[in-house]
Amino acid sequence: MIAIIDYGIGNLRSIERALQHVSDHVVRTDNPETILQAQRLILPGVGAFGACIEEVRKRQLEQPILDAVARKIPFLGVCVGMQMLFETSSELGIHAGLGLMKGHIRELSPPDSALKVPHMGWNIVKPLCQNVLFDGIPDHAYCYFAHSFYATENDPNDVIASTEYGEELPVAFASDHVYGVQFHPEKSHNIGLRILSNFATLA
Amino acid sequence: MPLAKRIIPCLDVDQGRVVKGIQFVDLVDAGDPVEQAQVYNREGADELVFLDITATHEGRGIIHEIVRRTAEQVFIPLTVGGGIRTMEDMRDMLHAGADKVAINSAAIKTPDLITECGRAFGAQCVVVAIDVKRRRQGGWEVYTHGGRRPTGIDGLQWAIEVETRGAGELLVTSMDRDGTQIGYDIELLQEIDRRVQLPVIASGGAGTVEHFRDALMVGRAHAVLAASMFHFKQVTLSEVKQFLHDSGITVRRI
Repeated sequence: MIAIIDYGIGNLRSIERALQHVSDHVVRTDNPETILQAQRLILPGVGAFGACIEEVRKRQLEQPILDAVARKIPFLGVCVGMQMLFETSSELGIHAGLGLMKGHIRELSPPDSALKVPHMGWNIVKPLCQNVLFDGIPDHAYCYFAHSFYATENDPNDVIASTEYGEELPVAFASDHVYGVQFHPEKSHNIGLRILSNFATLA
Repeated sequence: MPLAKRIIPCLDVDQGRVVKGIQFVDLVDAGDPVEQAQVYNREGADELVFLDITATHEGRGIIHEIVRRTAEQVFIPLTVGGGIRTMEDMRDMLHAGADKVAINSAAIKTPDLITECGRAFGAQCVVVAIDVKRRRQGGWEVYTHGGRRPTGIDGLQWAIEVETRGAGELLVTSMDRDGTQIGYDIELLQEIDRRVQLPVIASGGAGTVEHFRDALMVGRAHAVLAASMFHFKQVTLSEVKQFLHDSGITVRRI
């Protein structure tokens, strides 16, 4: 069973339906028991970092998430869900993340002033190493982005893909069984579905 | 690499059906919106725009249902516009599954709405649609209510104000060109590009692949929108993208 952690922010229907394309057992939950029993977990997120992490904590989902991760089940954070995997974010104040990966969330500031923030639209995701999450993904595959903040000061070993936006941005991460993607696989057409399918089937 | 330039099929929806008119009138039926959305998704559309042109209150529920059903099957960004009057309307659309919401008449009537929606939902989901018609004495005038009501407002000035108020994107439609298939109003696009930083979606007049190229290269638009060309299968999305790629424009090919 793949559980999507539903902490009350944003519309989860797209990610739920995209996962249903690749798996028969998808649930949406804010129940700590279900989170602990899931075989795979997805942490989505839209909007401001602080608002998201606050809802996760208010619903007392942080400990169940950390416990589930400690059980070594595959875990995927998407967009702000990915950002929450890191240590802190400086979006509208300083907020502590889940601390599952080394790094901090900071505002994008492309060196070329013609490049706008938010970084929004289709951009090429370049895998940097062999990782099962990107199995079957061709070179120059486009994914859909919509974000103003990104993860930096990472452990380079965790970065599995990057995107160029004035500079090289790390946009996909893997640390053991914990994964994170800055783009929206549920909005990235067949490429996104393939990435979700890879996640749904990885051992 | 810059972001890929987007090719956006537009579905004008009236009472639950796709329709297409010429210069905003003379509507013809062009099919079921959800089915049509799926076809465009398969063919490689980068985004879809639904414009609800149903004037009646009962029509509102229908568009929600269409957006909801489409969002469940189509995994690309969806933009929805038409009849959005309040922040609540916008929230409802986002909850139905829209990624972005376009406002037009309401933005003219209550410009604060642009700022408020941007703060509440993020500027990236606030698209301001600007419908303009050329003035005999030069320049462009903004129209609202589906092109029925002149406002006396200058299109270029309005574009600047919309940016200042915090919109995320502009959807600029030339009413003179809408449905004519004689090409986008390139001069209009250039004048807007000269004044604002926001991404611009060019709309109104697409008839050939060269028109797309010109809007993107000469008009410096970030995206091109077309309805009739795709509805009536004059060209496929992959043909458009092949042509643009060969012209040196960065596009997403599937």
